[in-house]
Amino acid sequence: MGYMEILIGGIFVNNILLAQFLGNCPFLGTSKKMETAVGMAMAVVFVLVLAGVITWVLYAFFLVPFKLVYLRTIAFILVIASLVQFVEMFLKKSIPALYAGLGIFLPLITTNCAVFGACILNIDKELNFMKTLVQSTAYAVGFGLALILFAGVRERIILARVPKPLQDTSIGLVTAGILSLTFYAFKGMI
Amino acid sequence: MLEAILFMLGLGAGCGAVLSAASKVFYVYEDPRIAIVEGHTAAANCGGCGYAGCSAAAVAVVAGEAPPSVCIVAGPETTANIASVMGVDPGTAEPLLSYNTCDGGDRADNKFHYMGIGSCQALSSLYGGQRECPIGCLGLGDCVRACAFDALIIGSHGYPVVNEHKCVGCGACEKVCPKDIMEIKTMSQRLLHLNQFDDRIAPCQQTCPAEIDIPKYIMQIKHGDYEGAVNTIRERNPLLLSCGRVCPHPCEVKCRRGLEDQAVSINQLKRFVADHEMNSGSRLPVSVAPSTGKKAAVIGGGPAGLSCAFFLRRLGHDVTIFDDNPKLGGMIRYGIPEYRLPKEVLAWETQGILDLGVEHKPNVKLGRDFDIGALIASGFDTVFLGIGAWKDYTLGVEGENLKGCYTGINFLTNFATWQQEKPNDPRPFVGQKCVVIGGGNTAVDCVRTLVRLGAEEVSIVYRRTRTEMPANEVEIVAAEHEGINFVFLAAPTKVIEDEDGNATGLEYLKMELGEPDDSGRRRPVPIEGSETVLEIDMLITAIGQGPDVFFKEENKMLDADLKLTRWSTIDCEDEIALQASIPYIFTGGDSATGADLVVSAIGAGRRAARSIHMYLAGEDLTPPEKTLFTNNIPESIFDSVPGIVKEKRTPMPELPVDERIKSFVEADLVITEKDALYESSRCLNCCIYCYNPDNTT
Repeated sequence: MGYMEILIGGIFVNNILLAQFLGNCPFLGTSKKMETAVGMAMAVVFVLVLAGVITWVLYAFFLVPFKLVYLRTIAFILVIASLVQFVEMFLKKSIPALYAGLGIFLPLITTNCAVFGACILNIDKELNFMKTLVQSTAYAVGFGLALILFAGVRERIILARVPKPLQDTSIGLVTAGILSLTFYAFKGMI
Repeated sequence: MLEAILFMLGLGAGCGAVLSAASKVFYVYEDPRIAIVEGHTAAANCGGCGYAGCSAAAVAVVAGEAPPSVCIVAGPETTANIASVMGVDPGTAEPLLSYNTCDGGDRADNKFHYMGIGSCQALSSLYGGQRECPIGCLGLGDCVRACAFDALIIGSHGYPVVNEHKCVGCGACEKVCPKDIMEIKTMSQRLLHLNQFDDRIAPCQQTCPAEIDIPKYIMQIKHGDYEGAVNTIRERNPLLLSCGRVCPHPCEVKCRRGLEDQAVSINQLKRFVADHEMNSGSRLPVSVAPSTGKKAAVIGGGPAGLSCAFFLRRLGHDVTIFDDNPKLGGMIRYGIPEYRLPKEVLAWETQGILDLGVEHKPNVKLGRDFDIGALIASGFDTVFLGIGAWKDYTLGVEGENLKGCYTGINFLTNFATWQQEKPNDPRPFVGQKCVVIGGGNTAVDCVRTLVRLGAEEVSIVYRRTRTEMPANEVEIVAAEHEGINFVFLAAPTKVIEDEDGNATGLEYLKMELGEPDDSGRRRPVPIEGSETVLEIDMLITAIGQGPDVFFKEENKMLDADLKLTRWSTIDCEDEIALQASIPYIFTGGDSATGADLVVSAIGAGRRAARSIHMYLAGEDLTPPEKTLFTNNIPESIFDSVPGIVKEKRTPMPELPVDERIKSFVEADLVITEKDALYESSRCLNCCIYCYNPDNTT
């Protein structure tokens, strides 16, 4: 599997949001406004790439040699949470502009299952370090793409006449389903 | 198992170590107040305040971008806590509330039928909406959808209705409304608002010098909410009992019903609810903003001073009224006779103002007992001069200072003081053949008082005709009923005396009406050789009055610097800001305009309170460009009002003439509850463009 295939596959075919349905809470929660959607997408790209790489290192150099693979879940959660905290502190000091731009979304990612899911998937597919890096980037970009597309749609839904029982999150989920179906068309690409 | 535990411990320790090291390395100084403020918020991260989470809101508070009331979920206690952390003016900690300013809704006509997207934003982009009225509610409920607290619904008449118990004042509705119908304001902001050209207000409210929301209180009366009506009036007028009795109601002149039918009896409705509160035995609570710690002196306890003190107190300032007289009320206590305004009623009303925490220093006179410089030296931040107009103008004819000659205000106050405070002293002199010169309310008050004191013949001598008389129409009619003799078109030329120096006759020239003068009234011109003599033993001159500014003659530094106009009123460049030539001195009422209506003085008192409040906050006093002030919104003045079914106006109940001229018992009575409900249903509840022609709501 070449890098290009991993990239295309991660962004479109196996889109982490629309094909694998991971990270649904921020998908619905931060997609009401384009501005917040872009902020969230940026934060996810940032954290997911770092988390993917670091968890791979942890897995390959600690868990496997010490035969502690069964501790993968709990170890990854701990590492991701610490990582987010660390990144937050680092950004606040070094790149205050980016920190201000990401705002509340950075700490929220601690609980984003897309990040954790992507790390697990990388391990399960037995990718090497470079491929893990590319795969993580692709998933993150895919997440951002889906979120921004979805936010664009939802901003228009506000102006539509939606029956009362279907308003807000309900119509959001229906829309997410339809968006997911359109991404199904990428299936034959690789 | 051991490896697993060791590994996790190691991993945890490693992460902890890295993070603690990082927190040292990447330490950024953060205002410690942010953490404290965040601790006071509800910590719900609800986003209702418009910031991304409680911590972002706390940062904004510390940066001064958000008010202490930012957390809309937590109560006023939290607001006070945050205000204390920030050490800011707690005046800003007042709760905000949403108000709907349009109650036209579906009654407004439509220009076109709209079937598009169900959003006011979208609809307003089509020619500004479907309504003929360019400022009214579109009724598609963007505000309702924006409200996260379920506090808004679109009511049955097609405009939003706020549930004040659920509203937290987040401002979401205000932000989404394309027509600016929803307003988020604190009580203080509402008290400070002046009528503007783009407000949704009826002609009566535009005309009222005190800017009372008349249609609103009439609607409240109609729905039986008398307490609400009293509160509505109190937002603009603290002297509703007095005004309900003596106001000549300029509002009724502009009443739209008056174009096709008789005007709504607005003032009787005001009196009805005001009396209802007084007779209920308990006072309605009046809300007062948290204290600002600023001290304001109000000189003069008349309508202007009382109004200014009332509003300053409600805005949170410490107010002290300095008054020359022993009791509060000024001209309405010592000038307006008992039969028009019983002093027991007035005392109940002024006590309500003092109960808010206003201090009253009686029997002290500016210029005699203290001066403005002394007030400033003793810690007052501003001074309001509401000294009224107590100095009678003189006729300037020969013999006007003879024995038996008096001036209007002088006579009325002497009599009122005797009646109210010294009933055991001998009664002031009253003649048998009395003549009062003048055509204003003071003159009419004099003649009606004289009749009650048993004078046999009482006449009014006025140099124009009855139509030009500036006195209130009801007063003139009452005087006619009470048997007053009117001598119109007469200009006094001389007072004739006998050997002892008593006045025995008034010589006057007959006049005829000539060309209209500046005031639009036809100027009287004397007829040569028409001298006539009236036999008199008492003469009262009541031809107008101006402020008594003797305090300036004392030649104290500050007081002497105060500029006056050529009518000896206190000079203020701007009738809305009412700031005198010394910046911390404000004025209003008769001392700024010369003798005028009680309700004008009340309006001026509020405008001065507004200026003082802004002055104390260091704000610019220039009034907003759109300020309406006494003007009318041109579009709101109609030539005809279609769809009116004529309904008779409730007449004013009054004591029979032969009964009332024997005593000083109040002559005008209050209308019954049934009549009040009937009269309130005659109101068309007008706005600028639309109204309820069929009285359905």
